[in-house]
Amino acid sequence: MSEVKTTPPGETAAAVVTQKQDPHEAAKTQKVVTPEYMFLEAPRTKEFITGSEAAKEAIRRSNVDLAVAYPITPQSETMQLVGVLYGEGYVKEYYRGEEEVGVMAAIAGGSRAGVRCYTATAGPGTLRGLEGIASWPGHRLPAVAMFTCRVVNAPLAIQPDNIEVAYLLNCGMIVFHAENQQDMFDFTMAGFIISEKNDVTLPVGVCCDGFFVTHARGYVRMQDRGIKLPPREPWRGAVPVLDAENPPARLSRDAPVQKSNFMAYNIHAVWQQEVWAAVERSRKYINKYMGGLLTAENVEGADAIIVASGSAAAQSREAVRLCKEKGLKVGLIKVRSLRPFPTQELRALCGNAKLIVVPEFNYVGWLAKEVATAIYGYSKAKIIGGPRVYGGQSMPVELILDEIESGLTGKKSTNVAMSQVMGGSVNPDDVAQFMRSI
Amino acid sequence: MATTQDTREHIIVPGPAGFHPPSAAQMGVALPDPGQGLYYGLLEPNEEVVIEEMARKMLTSPNATIFPGPLLLWAWNDHAVEKAKATLEIAAQIPEVMIIPMPDYRPKYPKIDPEEVINPNHPNLTIWGNKIEAAIFIGVHCHYANLTLKMIRAGTNCCTMAICAEQGHEDAMLTIRDSDTEKLKRVAQIFKRVREEMGIKLPENGENVRFTGTQSKVHGGQTHTNPMAFAPVPGGAGSAAMFGHSADQMKREG
Repeated sequence: MSEVKTTPPGETAAAVVTQKQDPHEAAKTQKVVTPEYMFLEAPRTKEFITGSEAAKEAIRRSNVDLAVAYPITPQSETMQLVGVLYGEGYVKEYYRGEEEVGVMAAIAGGSRAGVRCYTATAGPGTLRGLEGIASWPGHRLPAVAMFTCRVVNAPLAIQPDNIEVAYLLNCGMIVFHAENQQDMFDFTMAGFIISEKNDVTLPVGVCCDGFFVTHARGYVRMQDRGIKLPPREPWRGAVPVLDAENPPARLSRDAPVQKSNFMAYNIHAVWQQEVWAAVERSRKYINKYMGGLLTAENVEGADAIIVASGSAAAQSREAVRLCKEKGLKVGLIKVRSLRPFPTQELRALCGNAKLIVVPEFNYVGWLAKEVATAIYGYSKAKIIGGPRVYGGQSMPVELILDEIESGLTGKKSTNVAMSQVMGGSVNPDDVAQFMRSI
Repeated sequence: MATTQDTREHIIVPGPAGFHPPSAAQMGVALPDPGQGLYYGLLEPNEEVVIEEMARKMLTSPNATIFPGPLLLWAWNDHAVEKAKATLEIAAQIPEVMIIPMPDYRPKYPKIDPEEVINPNHPNLTIWGNKIEAAIFIGVHCHYANLTLKMIRAGTNCCTMAICAEQGHEDAMLTIRDSDTEKLKRVAQIFKRVREEMGIKLPENGENVRFTGTQSKVHGGQTHTNPMAFAPVPGGAGSAAMFGHSADQMKREG
């Protein structure tokens, strides 16, 4: 009889008694189905759960071999729930790392050994583990990591702020941004399959805005827990897995970075090109399994379009509704995949808009910069890189509404600095006023 | 020779493409779907058209070479052996073809012998060293094939072809995908048909594979060999030794 690990929060005593009989019983009867059936055909039922619970349910159905945890708010509960899955036999190996450097190294080792790996972290944990995370793509290591974004900068806070996404965008990994609990569930599961495609063979980061998604409840439509994804087929990867039994077995990817000559520089340059080429190749799988890199609502004929990702998309949806009540034609584009970025899709959708508003939960406005770069030359719209909130602030819908109204009417905004306004025609007097006031 | 209705300009062509040209993926070249191929960066709906062009290039270019990679070089299992044999059937259709292995992916220092191996970290050295103007890559893990193909396109005038067991390679001038043993045998048959259509004859003694200088030294000064006389068998280190890698050598390299 297996040892009972923990009593999951919210589970009844009866459930625990059942576990004592054989805690792995249900896991043993799970049936493997194809990704196509799992994502596109399997019947789903709706439950009202938190984002952490949604991640747990995704892992239950994802045939995960190795999960490594290290606690940090607001992700701690997620990996604790994955630990419950280990107790139930749904995850084959699970342990708590020493800290994030060790966790990310362990994920690298597990992935290189050929098993399906999962971890989660947040804020300072992300940055502490970033050296390892940034090395995963170059080593061509499939894995899924969840980032439940929170404040990283001093003075420290644990509250929502997705500045850490800015650091992840340039690692060479695939990056999704979940708006809600449903996205957490869907993106995590699809992430494993996309990550392990031979022509991709890259890690996937599933980001969400901490607390708003992890600790709040929402409806999640899920497949039956009796089915799971097929296991990883490591022999199909773009690189050989670690094989200590057969020569030549190598622990590193043998990039000749220690040599100072043109050939060494050249191979490293080409290596980086290849990583980003693999990011490009993931587009077709994101389209197939997730229904696209973005979703668009009411965009046709809209005067203004809000482009948002994560929790900002949820707030923007409400802003669109309020705009409709006021007679304003406003659409919403929700960016789901930040890497690869939906450049072509945005160019096609934003070509005729007069105004684009990009609300964000961070100071630097990483999404606004991405959007402006993507549509430069393809749209004459004025782009307002804001409103932005950070440090744990929530985003009142009225802030977004104000930017749309002021952007369309020419009224001055009190919440967005001139430096955050791009494109369209900018009044030089406004710029001069801004420069005098800083 | 126009082989498709597509009048677009070829995108991925023999180089040198430049100091550090953008990758094919950066230029918008996407991998083919099953049954399709890439024809100089353009999607070719019929992979047979691509295979025919591969044959023409290998039959007419100076110093045409096949580069077998670890996936079919090391006799890991029966499947690898079958694919190796099928690859030799392709080689048997190309007069004066060379076969230079890519046995592993570690950089070769202090310098590579371009007549012994090709290496993904500096593949251009082997291309330059042997003045190779057409080459087939087969049995190379996709990541390393992609590195190799990018560097060769950047720095050499070699026409690269990738016969891939997975999804194909954008940076090759010609590529097909899902190449199992059956497809490799079909490739050999297409090569045979194209060769006969072009009126190119094979040597009567069957010795159409030309040794490099290093290979010739290993084989006692012999200049050519019959690829079908080669008999790869499963057997781990023993079979590796057939390719010139003894167990002792591998121990040192490990």
